[in-house]
Amino acid sequence: MKGYARAVSVQLAKDLRLEWRSKDALNAMLFLALLVVVLFSLAFDPTRAESREIAGGILCVAILFAATGALNQAWARELQGGVLDAQRMSPAPPSAFLLGKTFATFLFVSAVEVLLAPLFAVFYNLQVKGSSALLLLVLPLGTWALVGNGVFFAALSLRTRSRELLLPLLLFPIFIPALLAMTSAATAIFTGDGDPLLWIQLLTGYDIVFTTAAILLFGLVLHSEP
Amino acid sequence: MLRNVWLLATLLILLHGLRVAFSVPADAAQGDLSRIFYYHLPAWIGTSVFFALNLLCSVTYLILRHRNPARALQADAFAVASAEMGVVFCTVGLVTGSLWGRAAWGIWWTWDERLTSTLVLWLIYLAYLLLRSFAEGASMRTLAAVMAIFGYLDVPLVYMSTRWWRTQHPGPVFFGSPGSGVDASMLPALRWNITGWLMWGLFVAGLRYAAVLRQERAEAAAARALLAVQPARAARTPGLPEGDRA
Repeated sequence: MKGYARAVSVQLAKDLRLEWRSKDALNAMLFLALLVVVLFSLAFDPTRAESREIAGGILCVAILFAATGALNQAWARELQGGVLDAQRMSPAPPSAFLLGKTFATFLFVSAVEVLLAPLFAVFYNLQVKGSSALLLLVLPLGTWALVGNGVFFAALSLRTRSRELLLPLLLFPIFIPALLAMTSAATAIFTGDGDPLLWIQLLTGYDIVFTTAAILLFGLVLHSEP
Repeated sequence: MLRNVWLLATLLILLHGLRVAFSVPADAAQGDLSRIFYYHLPAWIGTSVFFALNLLCSVTYLILRHRNPARALQADAFAVASAEMGVVFCTVGLVTGSLWGRAAWGIWWTWDERLTSTLVLWLIYLAYLLLRSFAEGASMRTLAAVMAIFGYLDVPLVYMSTRWWRTQHPGPVFFGSPGSGVDASMLPALRWNITGWLMWGLFVAGLRYAAVLRQERAEAAAARALLAVQPARAARTPGLPEGDRA
């Protein structure tokens, strides 16, 4: 157990260090999310009341699009210098790599959300009518749902032709229930109508089911013959 | 021979099914409109059966792929065939549902619980088939099997989420609230059509299975032939110690 935690933390520290040096993923994600928010605002030109209705969806879709770019890079980076082959040969359990990378990507996407949130509130004249503290639960749960599956599918599409094209095609259909839960919960919080708790439960269930499946099946993906 | 007999029986049953679907009494509330249900329900049964078969074959492939590669290859071939067949049935179900919706609700489509979850299901299996077309060989088969498991895990979550989201589809006809179920006079139309369409599905899936298996075997044989050429060359090189040849 201690060895497992160490393997996870080594992978996490490596990814954080790499990102700290280049900041490629963070910059790209932040800018893309910002662009999506601006584009939607220009395309729909919502009034204040409409904003509250659609803001949850736009926020989630912006994060989804932004994260996809970073997820594509998550494993592609490991191909340089044969790092992935080294990991394949290492005695550490495969799921430790997955968890380490998922934690790292989770932190990147969460950082983007934290930076984006104030801008988002300004652009959409957003006044939250429900309990905004619940957003601190909804966003991390939704982000984990996105990133946990995303990192897994990014590794899965690594072996395919045009992998950057394939990742969103695999990830988005599987992510739909989580997106529905995330947007419904966020909209319930923004508008103050309805109860977000049911959706939070669904997100939690989704996270548990798919994180477990990813941990159990990742060995197959990492060691699938080239 | 068996294939032709099966096909003939299927066509006869489908023909009979069509006749019965038009001859059973019309629905008390919907009139003749309800007759599309005799095609709508078999399509859904086909969808559920073939997607479940896809999961079963995918898991079998993962279990057997090292232990019994020949059997695993068969399981994988049937996994593709059943996913394709499931998508076809799912498409038929969506289209017949849409036609009915236009007549009964006045709209082609609505984002209701069952319609949405079925559409998502359809998207998931299209993604599965797309993944298969984006890669080759043993790694593709393993990855596709993993994707099939992920896709199937998503089904209950999709259903739950869309159910809480909204609902407009009529309540379940079978195993629903008290008073659900169809009148006994309509059952023959359902029985014949369900049997006929499942037989048709199995027939087409069988054809696809044979084709996929033949293709996979041909690819494996080509790869083996390529590997066989190289050691032969190495063997011709004189003075190479035994250990270096590997």
